[in-house]
Order: sequence, then C-alpha cells, then structure tokens
Amino acid sequence: MLDASQDGYITEDGRRIGGVVMEMKNITLRFGGVVAIKDISFDIREGEIRAIIGPNGAGKSSMLNVISGFYVPQEGEIWFRGERRPPMKPYEVARQGIARTFQNIALFEGMSVLDNVMTGRLTHMKSGLFQQALWKGKAEEEEVANREVVEHIIDFLEIQHIRKTPVARLPYGLKKRVELARALAAEPKLLLLDEPMAGMNVEEKEDMSRFILDVNDEFGTTIALIEHDMGVVMDLSDRVVVMDYGKKIGDGTPDEVRNNQEVIDAYLGVSHD
Amino acid sequence: MAQTQSGAEGLQSLPALLQRNATRFANRPAYREKEFGIWQCWTWAETEKEIEALALGFINLGVQPGDFVAIIGRNRPYLYWSMVAAQSVGAVPVPLYQDAVAEEMAYVLAHCGARFVVAGDQEQVDKVIEVKEQLPNLEHVIYLDPRGLRKYDHTRLHQYSHIQAQGRAAHDELIGELKRRREKLTYDDTCVMLYTSGTTGKPKGVVLSNRNVIESSKNSAEFDNLTEEENILSYLPMAWVGDFIFSIGQAYWCGFCVNCPESQDTMMTDLREIGPTYFFAPPRVFETQLTNVMIRMEDAGALKYALFHHFLEFAKGGAGEKYGMPRRKRSVLTFKRRMVRAWRYAMGVGFAIETLIENAIRLFFYKLRYGKDARKHFKARDPLGLMIYPEPLKSYFKYRMGDVLIYGPLKDTLGFGRIRVAYTAGEAIGPEIFEFFRSLGINLKQLYGQTEATVFITVQPDGQVRADTVGVPAPDVEVRIDEKGEIYYRSPGVFVEYFKNPESTASTKDAEGWVATGDAGFFEEGTGHLRIIDRAKDVGKMADGSMFAPKYVENKLKFYPDILEAVLFGNGKDYCVAFINIDMTAVGNWAERNNIPYASYQELAGHPQVLDTIQKHVEEVNESVAQDAMLSGCQIHRFVVLHKELDADDGELTRTRKVRRRIIEEKYADIIDALYDGSKTVSTETEVTYEDGRKGSIKATLEIRDAKVVPTGQKMAAE
Repeated sequence: MLDASQDGYITEDGRRIGGVVMEMKNITLRFGGVVAIKDISFDIREGEIRAIIGPNGAGKSSMLNVISGFYVPQEGEIWFRGERRPPMKPYEVARQGIARTFQNIALFEGMSVLDNVMTGRLTHMKSGLFQQALWKGKAEEEEVANREVVEHIIDFLEIQHIRKTPVARLPYGLKKRVELARALAAEPKLLLLDEPMAGMNVEEKEDMSRFILDVNDEFGTTIALIEHDMGVVMDLSDRVVVMDYGKKIGDGTPDEVRNNQEVIDAYLGVSHD
Repeated sequence: MAQTQSGAEGLQSLPALLQRNATRFANRPAYREKEFGIWQCWTWAETEKEIEALALGFINLGVQPGDFVAIIGRNRPYLYWSMVAAQSVGAVPVPLYQDAVAEEMAYVLAHCGARFVVAGDQEQVDKVIEVKEQLPNLEHVIYLDPRGLRKYDHTRLHQYSHIQAQGRAAHDELIGELKRRREKLTYDDTCVMLYTSGTTGKPKGVVLSNRNVIESSKNSAEFDNLTEEENILSYLPMAWVGDFIFSIGQAYWCGFCVNCPESQDTMMTDLREIGPTYFFAPPRVFETQLTNVMIRMEDAGALKYALFHHFLEFAKGGAGEKYGMPRRKRSVLTFKRRMVRAWRYAMGVGFAIETLIENAIRLFFYKLRYGKDARKHFKARDPLGLMIYPEPLKSYFKYRMGDVLIYGPLKDTLGFGRIRVAYTAGEAIGPEIFEFFRSLGINLKQLYGQTEATVFITVQPDGQVRADTVGVPAPDVEVRIDEKGEIYYRSPGVFVEYFKNPESTASTKDAEGWVATGDAGFFEEGTGHLRIIDRAKDVGKMADGSMFAPKYVENKLKFYPDILEAVLFGNGKDYCVAFINIDMTAVGNWAERNNIPYASYQELAGHPQVLDTIQKHVEEVNESVAQDAMLSGCQIHRFVVLHKELDADDGELTRTRKVRRRIIEEKYADIIDALYDGSKTVSTETEVTYEDGRKGSIKATLEIRDAKVVPTGQKMAAE
C-alpha cells in the first residue's frame, strides 16, 4: 500500500473497513476546452460505501467513467490495489474486478432476466468459441457453475418471479434491480453505481437501499455510488466526496459533509465568483 | 373402532406418523422446495433425519415439554419441520400469520407465553425484536435465512442450521431423552395451537389435540381416496387450520409430498411446474385465475377466441360433469386401459384437426367479408364429420376434442392438469366461477369448516357437487340446527379448548361436545345438503320486521368480477345501503380497453362510467334478491363506491380477508349517515396504515347513487 497508516477501522455498526483499495491522485479530465474534473484526489477503502455527490454538471458521472476506464484523464494517477493503473480499455478494467451499473439502464431488452444476469459472468468464462458452440466438456461445466452463482444472486435480489421474463416487459424499478444483479454477477471487488435510485418512488428507494446495504454486508463488496437523494446518501454511505464544477469541495463522513459551509453553499446555490 | 386401530399401531402423534413414514415411504419424496431455480427434494427418510437433528437442537437449547414454540414465516419445509420437531420434544407449535404487524404478533406471543420463536427471515425477526419488551417469557429466537442478520446481537438469536448442527453434535447424549419424550406423547396431548383470525375482538387460541388432527386427517383422506401419490402446493398461511391439516395432518397420514413455492410472487409458475393432484384454495384464487384467463382471451386471435367460447359453452351445458371428471380411484394401467386411452386421445386429435381446418377456412371467408370486424361476427362450428354420430356419442367425441384443443392446454397453463380433488372454502364461491372450473374437468368441490372443528364439518361428495350448498356432514361428524337456525356440530375433530379462556370455551362448546358455529343455515329437503345463510349474529331484522342477511346479498354482488368487496348495512333500518369496493385488475383492464385514463384507485373508483356499471350490477342483484320471499327486504336502495380498498392492515378485514363489520361501521359512520339522510355526495377523510405501520390519510368526496328496487309488496301480490 501507499501509506502504511491506512490500516482501516471498524464502523459503528460493526463492519470492518480495510485499507485503501483505490486511490485517485490529482485527476484532471478535459474535453477540448471544457474542464470536467479539476485536480481531484480521493481514495476508496476496502468494504466501504463511498458516495460521490454534487449538483448537476459537477462531474460525478465523469469521475465514475474515469474509474471504470471509459475516459482516460489527461493528468493524474489511478492506483488500484496497490498498483498504478495504466490507461486501460473498459473491458480490461472489468477483468480487474470493477463492475458498474448505468444511469440510463443498459440491459439487453430482448433477453430474459436470467440471460442478462448471465452476461455478467462473461469475465469468468474461459472456454472458447468452439467449445461453447459444441456445448461439450468445459463449456458445459462452466455454464453450470456460473448458473449457480447467478441463481444465488437472483435469490439474493428477490427477482425469482421474473427469471424468465424478457427485460423489455419489466417496470423501471425492477430493471434497475436486474442491472444491479448483472453487475453483482461479475463478483466485483469494486462496484460502481451510477444513480441507482434515480426516478424511483419512496418504496422502491427503500428496497434498493436495503439491497445495497445487504450487498455490502453479505459479499463485503466495496461500493462507490453517485446519488442525488441526500437522505439516501447520508444514510447509506460511510464517507462522501462532494463535487461542484469539477472541483472537490468536501470529503469526509456524512456528518462532516453536512456541516461543511462550502457544501451548503453549493447546494443552496450561493453565487460563485 | 378407528381410534383403537390407530392406537394399536402406536400412531398417536405426528412424530409417530413421521417414524412410520420414514420406514414405509423411505425413498418417496416428502418435501420439495424450489430454491436457486431447482426443485430441491427431501425424502421421508431424509426428512426424519432433519427433524431429529432439529429436535435434538431444541432439547439442547432448553425446550421443555409444554413450552410454546411460535413459528412465523412463509411456507417452507424448514418451518414445517420445526412444527414436528417441537411436537417431538413435547412442546406445542403455534404458527402465526407472517403478514401480521408487530402489535398483533405481540398479543399472540404474550398470550401463549412463547419461550421460543422460529422466524423465517430478517423481517420477522425485526418484528419480534420490536415488541420484545412486551414478551417477558421469550427466551430464544431462531431464524432461517441469515441474510441481513449478521450484525444482530446473537446472545438470544440463533441460526436454524446451527441449532441443527448442535443437535447432531449432541446426538448420542440427547437421543435417549428425545425418544423418551416422543414415546410419552398420547392421543390427547396438544398437537398444535392455532389462533383464529377473529372477526370480532382479540384472536383466540384454539387448542387441537393429536386425536383431533389425526382423526380428521384420516377421515377426510379416506373420504377422498388420498394416497401417498398425491402432490400438493403449500402456499396458504401456515397459521391457518386448513394449511395445517393439508400440509401436515393429511400429508403425514397419507405420506404424500408437500411442495413449497420459491417465493410468494412465483406461486402461479410453481403451481404449473408442480401440477398438484390435490389442491385447496379460497374462492379468491379461483376468481383471480378466471379473471386472468378472460382478460388474456380478449387479446387472443379470432380463431382461438371463437374456439374457446364455443367449447366453453358446450362444456358448461353439463358435458364437463359427464365426461370430464377424473376417476375417483387411481386405476392400474393395464394394456387394455392403455389402448382405450390411446384410442380416445386419437379420436380427440382427429376431430380436433378437422375442427381447426374447417374453422380456419371459414374464418378466412369471414375476414374477406368483414375485414377487421371478423372477430365479432365469427362463431366456431363443430366439424362436419361429427354430424354422422348419434347424440351421446357425439357429445362424448366433442368433449374429447375440446380436451385436446381447449380444456387440456388451459388446465395445463393454470397448473390444474393433474388435479383429482380440489376444494374451496372460507367464503361462498360465485356459481359462474365454480361452473367454469368444473366444466374444464377439474373436480372442484366445496367444504364448510372451522378451526374449532379441525376444518371439516360438511363436504361435498363426488357426484353431488353444487355451487349453492356446502355438502353433507363429513364422516364421523354430526350436525344439528337449533330453532333459531344456528348450526351445531359434534365430531372427533372438536377442539379441546380456547387457551386461557374458559368462558369462551364454555359458551362455544357444551358439556355433550356440541359446538356452536355461529353460522345460520338449513338442510335442503330431499338432498340433505347444508346451505349457509350468514353469520348468525349478523342476521338481523329490518325496521319492518323482515329478515336482514347481509352476506347473502354481498356474495351476490361479489360474484361480479368488477366488485372485489361489498358491505351491506340495514339492521334495524327502513332500507339497506351498501359500500362497494371495485376490483382494480378487472376495472383497470376495462378502463384501458375503453381509453379511460386514471391515475389512482380513488380516481377510477369515482369515475361516472364505473359508477354506472356498478349501479347496473346492484340493480340486477336487487332483482335476484327480490325473488327470495324471505330476503326481499334486503334490496339495496342506495350505495357508494369506496375510495380505498378495505384492508387488513387498517383492521377492516381479518387476515383471512373476512369483513369486520363493526369496525367498518364505526370508521365510516359519516358515509353511512349520508347514505341514510338522502344527500347526493359525501366528503370524508379516512386514516390508512401503510405496510410498514406508518399512518396517513385519504380525503375524498364520494358520489352516492340510488338504485332501482323491485317493490316487494307488488311482488307478493303477483304471487
């Protein structure tokens, strides 16, 4: 690890938070003349729920895309599990153990829920095209093993009743849950959630919050999430990063952030000079 | 004789039956549950081992004979095992309704003084923890699904599998104790305690002995020829006496297999996958299925639509009863029988193909003539080949071909493909619904029962099934009717007592063992079938002295698919008024088809067109009620469609969805007043309880409608 002092701690509710698993150092991302992210540094510890919040256009989604390898920042370093990460393609990032969900659901609409979740296992399948086509030997064994993992996740997220339903026929809240299932199927070390609760009603939000907490608790998955609903963020997360106009204006526990003057200004809309 | 016989075999308790099944049916399936997308199966031998491990774990935990073990959760094999394990160690299982809110649960747990609770998941554990202050006797909580419970304080909380593991580890030292306790169980020891849902007041704990449960199971199993070959799907609340008798009593007596669904939402898919041979459901389940079938048929193509209605019409005319019913006894498949079966099926297939081709050709010409309207004009027709046969043979072939084309596939889709016996009870079933299922060749029957009777009071024997009666007295049950019309019964299934409530016990059960049902009814002359009118205490008098029987009218209303619930008022008044709840699925579907936009239940319920439809239904009911000279005073003069669904969470219905009249009367007093004072609208505000226990309120202005009534005086004069 980079810093010997980062040994982790135990949270109030008894979860063990480990050392730093991902560290962003002085990240700057530009699109032509527009600076989306300006010199931001923060870290994510093992087993924690880390939230990234901020007003519209603050650069939250860009930040998530940087982590998932979709954007390559012009400046700065990304350290993942003690190693500096060279610029990577998103699929290489996925192989490293980072999975994500999308703000606008990106599922295969014509496929069943089960098939969709199975695609999340792709990074764990090693048999070749030929074997898959023949459905012999390794391919068959692999499918059975992967199906088992997928069934556990389906059970975990309580979507048994829609196992064989095509995704296009599902309501929005369930689609979000299926997307979470697909991300979980990859058994990620770091799970990125882009607005998991956008457009949901109170009941759906509560369900989703419970699932996120359960995932973190049950699988020990490290979670980084972007969310607009402040109540949800403050309840769920261990630490919060606040962004505004591409800059980091706050970082700390929910309580610290809540009392941070700059954060209050950003949310209440004080004029920027 | 029956008693000595089972006594001689030493089968005086469910644990003893379990031992017998473990040897006699060792490798037959006892339980199945779908988990992780696969049906997991336990044989009787495996079940016995599982229950033994759990029972040893219970002893290890300190469960004493006479203790109460509460069981809360959805239907899962593990929870059924915990009931039998509790009995094995001499304790009494008390299953609770899993959807009860924490306070309801607290009352029952405190009343029986349960020392142990077996809970299904985090939700149930949370509820118990929430009310633990009120439960000084509670010592340990055992949970099944560890999800979300890892962080909880585990000093008095245990995982089910750990208890079993501890039991297995202590096998050698505790097995002697378990055997001793198991052998001490007698025929008169308490088998289970079930809390009635209670339409009035607090729930009462009904104590049932081993004799009650085993005798009732034995008699009813013999009545319907149940064998170890049956398969049932257990999805009804475990706290309900029906589920206890079907999923435990009869299952242990016969040794058949109990299948548990994957989750509550997957019930319908699981039903289809299992294809039970023996099925039990309240009328509501059949109602929903019929509604779904009809809604989906509306979307079907013209040919399917026409064939469906053509064959359904035919089957309803009595052909279903005549040719469709399954055999009473499972027959041994000899070569000759196989050939007969194959011939019948071939005949059916042959005619089916002919029908399809002929009708498809006719439909083609209809489409040429009418274009898109063909569907409205096209009617299916029998194939020409059928014309040459004389009448009984013709109907027979027609039913067989209907079986190939419509009835068979439909039954398969509904999950009723293998049903030999199906029962409905709890409420009256609509004659339309009843006829639909029977005409498909499903042997759906009615029974009348009570928790206090260990279910069975009267049942319909095969071949004597009708929609308007509840059958003849069940084997070993005596029934009599007192001068006021109330029904009394006496049987080996009569309960021991209400727990800690001798006054209620004394007022319900007399010294000779006769139990008052609280229902009013009469035996039909000629057939000896019992007909139920209403709850005896709900039957009242109108101001002019004529009889007031609300349930009779409400049931007539509820038989319309648009109406989910109806409550009639009028005791001691000049005329009757009614509250009506619309059925969201049926009315919502209708609104969609007719391009009527709506945002909420409340808006749909207040829509003028909906009100018109309901008014038509009410007027039809009035006409039908007027036919009955005794009850013609119960016609509905004014009604209102309620702005919210009556709900068990608000205390308006019981957990088994029976109407709580008094509470509704108090809660909606303002609306009732408006119904009687002649006003056209009424504004009201109602408190509602959400599923998590929070409260809110709904405001609404409701339109009151007047319905046409058939003048009774005139009617009498005409007669």
